Amino acid sequence: MNRLKRIFIYTFLSVAAIVSIFPFLWMLTSITNKSVDVTQGRLLPGTHLIENLKTLFATVDIVPALINSSIIAIITTFLTLLLASLAGYGFEIHRSKGKDIVFTILLLSMMIPFAAIMIPLYRMFGSISETAPLIGIDSLGAVILPTATTAFFIFFFRQNTKMFPKDLVEAGRIDGLSEIGVFFRIYMPTMKTTYAAAAIIAFMNSWNNYLWPLVILQSPEKRTIPLLISNLGSSYSPDYGVIMSAIVIATLPTALVFFLMQKHFVAGMMGSVKG
Amino acid sequence: MSQLGTKKAEVDLPVRTKYEESRRQKTGVFFKKKVGWLFVIVSVIAITIFNFYPMVQAFLLSFQSGMGANLEYVGLDNWRRLFGDPTFIAALTNTTIYLLIQVPLMIILALFFSVLLNDPKLKFKSFFRIAIFLPCVTSLVAYSVVFKYLFGIDGIVNQFLLNFGFISETVNFLADPFWAKVVIILAITWRWTGYNMIFYLAALQNVDKSIYEAARIDGASSFQQFFQITVPMLKPIILFTSITSTIGTLQIFDEIVNITNGGPGNATISISQYIYNLSFEYSPDFGYASTVSYVIVILVVILSIIQFRVAGEKK
Repeated sequence: MNRLKRIFIYTFLSVAAIVSIFPFLWMLTSITNKSVDVTQGRLLPGTHLIENLKTLFATVDIVPALINSSIIAIITTFLTLLLASLAGYGFEIHRSKGKDIVFTILLLSMMIPFAAIMIPLYRMFGSISETAPLIGIDSLGAVILPTATTAFFIFFFRQNTKMFPKDLVEAGRIDGLSEIGVFFRIYMPTMKTTYAAAAIIAFMNSWNNYLWPLVILQSPEKRTIPLLISNLGSSYSPDYGVIMSAIVIATLPTALVFFLMQKHFVAGMMGSVKG
Repeated sequence: MSQLGTKKAEVDLPVRTKYEESRRQKTGVFFKKKVGWLFVIVSVIAITIFNFYPMVQAFLLSFQSGMGANLEYVGLDNWRRLFGDPTFIAALTNTTIYLLIQVPLMIILALFFSVLLNDPKLKFKSFFRIAIFLPCVTSLVAYSVVFKYLFGIDGIVNQFLLNFGFISETVNFLADPFWAKVVIILAITWRWTGYNMIFYLAALQNVDKSIYEAARIDGASSFQQFFQITVPMLKPIILFTSITSTIGTLQIFDEIVNITNGGPGNATISISQYIYNLSFEYSPDFGYASTVSYVIVILVVILSIIQFRVAGEKK
């Protein structure tokens, strides 16, 4: 009975692992094969990798898209970490009745569907396009602004701040640090793990964001990676080897960020669950 | 009487010092409070401008109609139009189907995986964990395109099924109203199960192992342990993940657009995609699109309340 149970558990988990990994294997072998071989179901590595990459860089504007996505993701992540940690710290360390009410109201914004605010946001950015083109329609600034502050990250930082030793705040004050000084000199260095976890999630969210850039960006040279891949994917005569190369290149940054910082990520998630 | 006592004691203090003391304390307290607000103010303003204000705007828009910027108030016309709009009904039905099948399927799978992976005697634990979490590193658009090709008419799934004799001729999954929905549900489940599993695994680390020990001694089977201990212990986190998954699936957009683009016909169109089409694909009708978007808002609120009730949580 017990043996049967073990066999069942290992089979079940192995099937799940294979199903999870298979599309990745297929992607990785596809970039080394000709489009014809891909459609014939070849699952072995081929010799067409260099050829695929050459065609990709020659026919698709992937470099500008990578640059746009990087600029957006890096600035968004930086702003998110700074603003959300300031707020999470403020709500937890400088706790007051008024702030608790404001915090609850902010949490409600997590339930707002993006599709519901996308039209007013589009009109809002449209109305300032003339006076402030840097944050108007078809600008990277307009992609960044609405996504840089979200209640989720404020909640995330507040939950993790519950584990931050409050004595350190007192100690900092006695040492003559200002309230802001305590935050930058003591809180930030202590909470590295939380920042790392938040950075992974914020970077991935921004790098992968599709709907809002699709709405607000118009000119092809402003395109981000998801917009480019969506475009390639909807072509009528797809070159599978080339498209898969673009997808692999687009997935590499988030996969790298995740694997390099995996430990921090799980630790950070634990912090947000524990509270 | 005690008030009198304190008053008397205070009189002994030199008047100036007392005044200065209280003033120092008051500004101190006031300053401390103000500094606290300084930490949160930028985020509060940003979320108000980019979330709450647009919500109000969308609500007002839902009573207006017209092309592009020429909008005028039409009262409840948009809301009446909803019930006679076949595309909206299709979008609402499809989204409901995705929600009712995909969210429970994914949460049960994620719970199941996390319980199996929490077993200290299990071998290759980190391999299984990383493998199941791996789909989460892909972007929604990228994996959608991959799934579109996997399930295409000359895709590898068709060849696999043919080779093993499950089917006698290729199935055009994405051109079939039923199978197209199945592919979309499979795709979302593939992408998000590992993500939810991580939350459960994290929560399970905090469950006292001795509870299971005691249950085993009392003769509880694995299934009894799962339903009587694990599920109740993880209730808050299950509630959290079901609410976020519900909100996510109600808004589903990226997968639909990139796997089937709503087709065949409107067999897979979602509410979000219909809103996008109404605003930016067809001749723009921001008013009616806002009305449709408020249907999602109403659904999110109703379903969240129901989930809180079912979980028996007081909020």
